[in-house]
Amino acid sequence: MAWVTQTLSSSLGRKVIMSLTGLFLSTFLIVHMAGNLQLFKGDGGRAFNEYTYFMTHNPVIMTVSYLLYTSILVHALMAFVLTRHNQASRPVKYAYSKPEANSDWSSRNMGILGTILLLFIIIHMRTFWYEMHFGSVPMAEYDGKQYKDLYAVVQVAFGEWWYVLLYVICMGALGYHLAHGFQSGFQSLGVRHKKYTPLIEALGKYFFAIIIPLAFAAMPIYVFLQVHHII
Amino acid sequence: MKINLKVWRQKNNNTPGKLVEYHLDNVSEDMSFLEMFDVLNDSLTRKGEDPVTFDHDCREGICGMCSMYINGRAHGPQTGATTCQLHMRSFNDGDTIVVEPWRARSFPVIKDLMVDRSAFDRIIQSGGYVSVNTGSARDANEILVPRTIADEAMDAAACIGCGACVAACKNASAMLFVSAKVSQLAILPQGHSEHKERAERMVAQMDAEGFGACSFTGACSVECPKSISLDHIARMNREYLGAKLSSDNVQG
Repeated sequence: MAWVTQTLSSSLGRKVIMSLTGLFLSTFLIVHMAGNLQLFKGDGGRAFNEYTYFMTHNPVIMTVSYLLYTSILVHALMAFVLTRHNQASRPVKYAYSKPEANSDWSSRNMGILGTILLLFIIIHMRTFWYEMHFGSVPMAEYDGKQYKDLYAVVQVAFGEWWYVLLYVICMGALGYHLAHGFQSGFQSLGVRHKKYTPLIEALGKYFFAIIIPLAFAAMPIYVFLQVHHII
Repeated sequence: MKINLKVWRQKNNNTPGKLVEYHLDNVSEDMSFLEMFDVLNDSLTRKGEDPVTFDHDCREGICGMCSMYINGRAHGPQTGATTCQLHMRSFNDGDTIVVEPWRARSFPVIKDLMVDRSAFDRIIQSGGYVSVNTGSARDANEILVPRTIADEAMDAAACIGCGACVAACKNASAMLFVSAKVSQLAILPQGHSEHKERAERMVAQMDAEGFGACSFTGACSVECPKSISLDHIARMNREYLGAKLSSDNVQG
């Protein structure tokens, strides 16, 4: 098995790990965004709470969720290892450098953007995931069946303007992270083709970097406006 | 033209260096950047000072020896050209120009602006070749190569090994250099037979030399004097993964 560890610890192998975990996390975003669109339903949270019940009780979803937690950890840890290695590759910095002349800002700052996103994930999971699994969530009853009322937790959290602002800023970071990360992930796997690369780039630039973050940012804003009876 | 220079002066790799200012009053805009340095060195020598050490050879943009990081960019503000092909008309009268050596752990400074790029030689020695029996030359048309493949291999082979890719990369990664060689040989029939071992060995040597990993910022390709495409990096990733998964090399 020496070849496996050797491959995964090579610079190219590490990028493959970054790519596979990153692309898996990207696909998760689609599911997470689509599911949370229930927040816009305006039915007092019933659809959202039923969806939450499904997500926490379906065995397939629960199995995939462990893969998800692992991916987040591996992606972050590997990024840390790579960043340290990359920084060590240039011990003396340039006195004067103009990187903006040859590359995009987001491509050079994936580490900073990723750190913001990791902090966001910790805050986000503390507020909702932790409360759902280990905290005290009020109950709601639909058709005689008891559901954890996560929607109430959402309303409390997104009722705070600073919490909404934090989410909107972090979704900006998500957009920039994915603007580079999604298409770059395919390059690490060697997927580059005249026919498909333009499609992958467009998907990354418009769908993952703009539509997904906008949809996520709209959720706290919408709930905030609703809680405060502005809409 | 009047030019203010801030040049990196460093005695050797064990001594810390610093930027030193020089002023040149009679610089012709038709001079190449290296000729401007010749003028500077001439005046330094006349004053009994140590001239600035820098690498250069053909001064035709094809040998890959010149290696200056000029005003924050590898080979200066021009794209698709080496330092020797950069002319003073690219600058304005009275400009201050900062000149530094390539900066990478794998390219230790020898003196001033000259760095040791033998890491590239060792990467080439690890697999950047085609094993052939010596003897009389084979007939030119014995091995058929489609024109498009020949062109693509030629684009990769245009790499002059100057190291601008490493210098420009935020990670000091040598991916563009290594991939140009891996790619060039992998797509030609002469090199294809050894393509798996080549990808494995050259990547292993690249890592052993201490270059960084690839973030696909694309800076290397923009600063490359031969404008070598990122296509080759993707192909090397493909070659390497394919080789690791399918070669007989179990030991890694």
